[in-house]
Formats: sequence, C-alpha cells, structure tokens
Amino acid sequence: MPNIRNFSIIAHIDHGKSTLADRLIQWTGMVEDRQFRDQLLDTMDLERERGITIKSNTISLPYTADDGKEYELNLIDTPGHVDFSYEVSRALASCEGVLLLVDASQGVEAQTVANLYLAMEHDLTIIPVINKIDLPAADIEGVKEQIDRELGLDPDMAILCSAKEGLGIDEVLEAIVAQVPPAKGNLEAPLSALIFDANYDSYRGTVVSCRVFTGQVRPGDLIRTMYNNTVHKVEEVGVFRLTREPRKELTAGMVGYIIANIKTVSDTRIGDTITLDANPALKPLPGFKEVKPVVFASIYPISADDFQDLAEALEKYKLNDAALVFQKDASAALGLGFRCGFLGLLHLEIVQERLEREFDLSIIMTVPGVRYEFILADGREVTVDNPMHYPDPSSIKGGREPFIRAHILIPERFVGAVMKLCLERRGVNSSFSYPSPGRVEITFEMPLAEVIIDFYDRLKTITQGYGSFDYELLDYRPSDLVKLDILVNSEKVDALSMIVHRDKARDWGVRVCDRLRDEIPKQQFKIAIQGAIGGQIISRSTISAFRKDVTAKCYGGDITRKRKLLEKQRAGKKRMKMVGAVEIPQSAFVAVLKTEIPRSLCACAFLPDQVPILRLLFHHFSRVNPCLPGSPGERGATLQRHLPRFR
Amino acid sequence: MCALVESLRRPFDFAPDTEFTLEVNPDDVTPEKLRLWRDLGINRLSLGVQSFDEPELRFLKRRHTARQTIRALEQIRTAGFRNLGLDLMYGLPGQSLKRWTETMKTALSFAPEHLSCYQLTIAAGETPAPPSETPALPTPFARLAARGELTLPDDEAQRDFFLLTGQFLRDHGYVHYEVSNFAKGERYCCRHNLKYWSHTPYLGLGPAAHSSMAGRRWWNHCSLQSYTATLAKGELPVAGSETLTPEQLRLEALCLGFRTREGVALEIIRQFPGWEAVLSELQGSGLLQLTAGRVAATPEGLVVADRLPLLFVD
Repeated sequence: MPNIRNFSIIAHIDHGKSTLADRLIQWTGMVEDRQFRDQLLDTMDLERERGITIKSNTISLPYTADDGKEYELNLIDTPGHVDFSYEVSRALASCEGVLLLVDASQGVEAQTVANLYLAMEHDLTIIPVINKIDLPAADIEGVKEQIDRELGLDPDMAILCSAKEGLGIDEVLEAIVAQVPPAKGNLEAPLSALIFDANYDSYRGTVVSCRVFTGQVRPGDLIRTMYNNTVHKVEEVGVFRLTREPRKELTAGMVGYIIANIKTVSDTRIGDTITLDANPALKPLPGFKEVKPVVFASIYPISADDFQDLAEALEKYKLNDAALVFQKDASAALGLGFRCGFLGLLHLEIVQERLEREFDLSIIMTVPGVRYEFILADGREVTVDNPMHYPDPSSIKGGREPFIRAHILIPERFVGAVMKLCLERRGVNSSFSYPSPGRVEITFEMPLAEVIIDFYDRLKTITQGYGSFDYELLDYRPSDLVKLDILVNSEKVDALSMIVHRDKARDWGVRVCDRLRDEIPKQQFKIAIQGAIGGQIISRSTISAFRKDVTAKCYGGDITRKRKLLEKQRAGKKRMKMVGAVEIPQSAFVAVLKTEIPRSLCACAFLPDQVPILRLLFHHFSRVNPCLPGSPGERGATLQRHLPRFR
Repeated sequence: MCALVESLRRPFDFAPDTEFTLEVNPDDVTPEKLRLWRDLGINRLSLGVQSFDEPELRFLKRRHTARQTIRALEQIRTAGFRNLGLDLMYGLPGQSLKRWTETMKTALSFAPEHLSCYQLTIAAGETPAPPSETPALPTPFARLAARGELTLPDDEAQRDFFLLTGQFLRDHGYVHYEVSNFAKGERYCCRHNLKYWSHTPYLGLGPAAHSSMAGRRWWNHCSLQSYTATLAKGELPVAGSETLTPEQLRLEALCLGFRTREGVALEIIRQFPGWEAVLSELQGSGLLQLTAGRVAATPEGLVVADRLPLLFVD
C-alpha cells in the first residue's frame, strides 16, 4: 500500500482555506510556480465555459517528504458553510486528519469551534495552523492562547504560516506526513467505499468521489450502492490530479473517483456505501443520513412563456446538485412555477444565482420559509412548507415550527446588542460561556424561520463584522402560527403570503407593505397595499397615482430619444407581473426579503487583488466553497463591483 | 442673413404660401432688422419671450428684460408681421399659478397668433439619443438641481400648471393642438411643428439639424468644425442615421400622435394586439377619446401622454 495521507482543511469562513489549498498544490509541483495562478485559472475559465469541473474539490498531491519517501497526500475539500454540514461530516469521515486553520488576526471563530467538534467526532488527528501571520494585525501569541483555552489543543504544535506569502508551507506538508496517520484498510475484505461527493460531467455522467476503506474496485466490476440499492457497471476509476487521472484500480486507503454510467447526481447519495455486487460488505459504513431540505421558496419565471425553460433548467441543474428538491407549483399571481427545498439560505442563493447566470433565466423567488407542522382538530397532523397549503384556520388545533441551537461567538462588548437581536428573533434558553478573556459564546434556541432571513447580516452589522454564527437543528416546538396575506388593490398576491408567528405578523406586514410601496412604480390610479391575517388588515401603505408624465418638447432630435426611451420602458414592462390591474416589477418580490447584499455572500470576504478567487467562488458554487480569504473591510464594494446582479 | 436666404432660394422653389419662420430673442429685434426680415420674405416670427417677470427672467439667465420684450412686440406688430408666436416658460421654482396666469394675460394682450408654453424640465445628464460627437453637457440647471439648489414643483403642482394653461388658453380662443403648442385658429397651427409629429418628410440644414424621409432619419454633426470639415471633403455632414422598422414607426406614431389634437388613426391603434380593452379602459378613465376614426388624448390624457403608448404595447 502506498504511503497515503487523507486530510482536509477546516476553517472559519474567511481564514484562508482556499489560498492554503492552492499553495499546497503549487508546492507539490502540480503546476509550475511561475505559471501557477494564470495557468490554473485560465484553464478554469475554459472549463467553466464547457460546464465541467477542473479543479476538483479533491486532489491527490504527490509529495516527496524530507525523509526521502514518496507520499500521496489526498486533500479532501469541504464546503465551509453550515448549510452543508452533513457533506462536511462525510468528507471528514473519509480523512484521518485535518488542518485546523485559524486566522492570526481574527482568532478562533464559531465555525472553528464547530469544525473542531466535527473533527473530534470523527476521531481525527488535528493539526492547528495559524494562517496570515504576515498581517500587521496578526496576534500570534493571542491566537495560541485561544487554541489552548478555547480549543484545548496544544498551542506549541501549531504551525505558523502565511498561505498568501507562501510562508510555512513546507512545515505544513511535513506535519501532514508526520502527524496524520497513514491510511489503512484491509485489501482482502469486501469493497466498502464511502461516497463523500458527486459531480456531474456532461460526457461521462456522475463522477463519484469516494474513499475506499476496504477491498478494491476496478473497471468492469459491478458495484452496488448499499442505501440507494442500485447496481452499476464501473467504467473507469482514478484519482484527482488537476484533472481526473484514470488508474487500474482503487484500493483500500485511497481517495479517488468512480465513473459507472450513473446518469444524474441524484442517483447517488452522499454518505452511501459502495460495495461489490458479487461480494458485498456485511454492512454499510456508518453515518448515512437522508439529507432533507429545511428552507423552502417558490421560483417563477418572470414571463409565463419561460416556464418550460425553467423546468428544463432545474432538471439540468439537479444533475449536479442532489440536495435541491422541487415540484410544480401554481400561483394565481405569478402563474406556473416550482416549489423548491434547499439545505439553507446560502444554498437557495446559489441556486438562484446559477439559474440566472448559467441558464439566462429571469426568475422571481418568493420569501423563503421553513416546513411547519400543524395539528388539526380531527387529530390529523400535516406538514406545510408552502403558505398556499396553510390549512383552514378554523381546523387548526395547534402549530409547530423547527428550532435551532445558535452558537454565536463575539467580543464581549457586543453582548447587549446580540442578546437584543436574538430576543427579537424569539430566542430562548440562552446560555453564556467565556472561552477566553474578552470573548463570549452565546447559545440560543431560536426558530429556524427567524434566522433564514436577515439574521446573519444583522449580526455582522451590529458586531462590526466580528460576530460569527453557526447552528444546528434541534426539534419542532409548539408555535402560534398565522398566515399573512398581502393584498394589492384588494387582490391577494399569493406569492407574497407567508406563514409567521402571530407576534411577528405585524412587523412583517409593515415591512412588506413598505418595501412594495418603494418598489412598485406609480400607475394611473392609486394603489393600496395591505397586509392581512384572514379578514383582518394589520398593515397598509399607499402608492399615489402618477399625476404628470409628459415631456414639454418633442421636435427633431427629441423623437429618436423618446422612442428609444419607450423601447426601454417596453422591455422593462416585460419584467413586470400583472396583479389585477397593477404592474409589479420583479424587484418588488426580491426587495421584500433582501437587505443590501445577500447575507451569506457578505461572509465571503476578499480583497480586490483576489478577484480570481471570486471567479473561483462562482465556479465552485456547484459544490459550494465560500471560504475565501480577505478582510471584512473590503467586502461590500468589491462584491458589488463584481456581481452586477446585487444592487 | 441675406446671403443665407438667397442661398436657400436658389435651389428651392418657395411655394406662395410658404411658412417662413425666424426664431428671435427680444433683444435681437430692431425696426431695421424687422424691415430686412420682411424684405427677405420671412412671414412668421417666433419670439423667445419666456416670461414678463424680471426675477423669473434673471433666474432663466435671459439677456433681455420684460421692457425689451414689450418694445420688441410693439415693433414687430408695427413692422406688419401678422403671424407671431411667443415662447413662454412655466413651472419655475416658486412660481404660483396666479403669477403664471398674469404672464399669460400679458402675452395675450399682444394677441399672438401662436403660443408655445413649455414646462421647465431639467435635462439632468441626458445624453443625446442620436450618438453625436459631442457629449451633452449637463445644463446649468441640472448642476443646480444636483446641488439641491433648485427644486421644481412636484408632480401634483406640475399637473395643476399644465391643466390650467390648457384651460386658460382654450378659454381665450386658442386651439390646443399639441402638448405645449396653441394657435389662434386652425390656420395658425405651426406647420413646421406639425410635420415632426406626422412622419412628414423634412430636411434640416446646418449643424445638429435632423432630417427625415421615408422611414429614415439622419442628423448632422453638432460641432461647426466637424460639420464644415466634412463638407469641405465633399461629403454630407451626416453624423448618424437610423432606419425605422415598421414596429418602430408604429410606436412613434402612438407616442407622437397622443401628444397632438389630431391623435392617432384607429387603423394604427388596431395593429396593437389587445388594443380594444386598453382603448375602452382609457376612454372610460377619460384619458383618450375616439372621434371620426381617430384616437386622441383628452386634456387629462395629455398630462400623462408619455405613458399612453406603453399601455398599448405588450
């Protein structure tokens, strides 16, 4: 068995994970130093145009260590967002060790802690790495103390590095060789390989990323997925270099890919176990979980004619994203569309972004919600993830909504503000811990519905960017739920309805009415916007009719200008939705839930000179990897400059 | 001036009833010049009066005073010009309806055959649609507005100004034949103006002049330098042109027609899918009226004339 080390890098969102990964690739000579950035990224553009992945999330790095021996270092990349914690757990299950990356200027953050716990659950060797030591604000001693007190790790073991400057990379590589246990596994036992990722290749179908624990697999073998219970014939196996590199076989301990004529990614499940049909393993590898969507929203095409295009786009998109679920939905206001389920809000934004960018679709996405449970008078229990299916209020005996446990790590001085925010969001059962002087970890139990819109943004704002946040789903709890309807000139806009806690209905009603007032252009008549629960109006706003709209002069040169303006307005009109006699622009539906920049992307910080990383971000959206380096200060401006969609 | 007119008379055959207008400012007018203009065959004057109120004239940065205007008007009449148009401006910051009515009354005391009443608008950073070589500079007013030193009346007040203007002048016997134009009887409707709005061919000479014929429109260089330089090379001084598609022609027919008393021929409206519902709705709300096969904006409709075409297109 070759000298294999399987490891992952885990870090808080902007602590430099991608940069370190890039450095490791460079240091192990996968690409020539001089050409590193350009070459890698150029290929990436090309590949992006073709819609296939180049820089796979996993990569095998051939490395000759100081001891003179050849090693195969398998870097298994993990999505760095809480939406994808199950996927992270499967990636970690494929490793023997992790690099726990901590930003020398930011210190230990909520995700650092959460990631550490995940790694510990999998019994992994943890190598602390302090990154960005070149920054003027780097506080190496302070971070070492945090590593000691907050993480309980030996601070003297921490490796100091600057991925950006290329400092300490050799030490990192040597530590992987020395500390991460060699991959082991019984070659003679029946095949068991853990699926930790799957990508769609338009020529080859699904490319399954897996870690082989026991046995071996070769082209021609018949494999069986143990949970999904499907059988496929293996066409090719191999390892990930910069591109896929076929091998004769994958054997116990190895990390690589299997291509087996699997049509869509949805035919595979992350966490499933692959075995040989002829000689199956006794039982599957532990830890498999059915991934269930927790956030729901509907997607409609702006133009009803585009419904078929949207349907096809979703089908194609789904090829590479098994986590997205969708089914047909019809709205009186917006026509035919789809109700979609997402792993979280970031996932939702990715889907929206990619549908618009890659499939050139203009879509309206409704306010996201969660899945509620209702107990009816006749004793039946129903789950509702679409406000349109809210039961008849008179038949409802009680409601329940999902709760999470939120972990928020902040400097002490923000405790008051964060407490207030969490209480506003119906947080309960708070507890505090002081992991180190000046820092507080607040834990709250909160309704999931309260954090999916606006929460992370607000947290970042009130903590001046210092607050970090992570959560886990807890359970369903009783809740007084009502359906808030929005009426425009007395016509119900069903796509704007939402299920909310009774105490929050008024706030939401006011917010939606105000946003709509700002977004709906003046029309020939007065427009009344109302929020209502059943027949009761709880909020209202009015848009006055436009009173004067005529230009004084229209001679020679004015005519062309005027017609061009009309043509532009006409095009704009196509992006409007008629509700009764009122034209509602797409932006109004979006404005209802947006603050200025999408919250999750706010967390992806980068410097202007890291624009290539930004491209990478979009490329990686398929398997989300928003862990970008950078300082919080530069976020908004750069983001807005490069992502014209975000106004 | 003589040379200019002579050079026009040489290639062009002037019909006996040619409308020959000269646009002048009050401070341009002298009895000598008036005589000369008459002798050259100019039979209509358009005078840039703007206002009879001194502070308003100063605000508008005009060279002339109200007194000069009144003298010019008297001289024009004395010189025998029987077709006179006045340009007025309203909706100025701080202007009241009463003061504007006074301005109109003063203007009417000279019994002008034609009035153009323009609502002050700020062309903030607008670029000229026909791409020309000189980018449009923001006007001084646009700069003032950008600094917050100039506030125009709000929509509601502008609407009041507009409706009052139309009502007042119609009550005084004027034909409201276009958004901003009024004539003392049919025969004084400005033919120069009307041609723009009916897709009649026209030829514009000189820098920045626009011309139109048979669905094609072209415009000359704006700067005198490029204009003369192109001519010197023996080429037409055309800076750009466009050829309108039938759809664009239809759209223009709507947007120009709804600005005029003539309106739009029903045959043209009929070419827009779903026109019946839109038309009947707009008739119902009193914005459009249908008479003798033509659809025209009511006074209320004129106030929102920019919107009306959009309601017919999908």
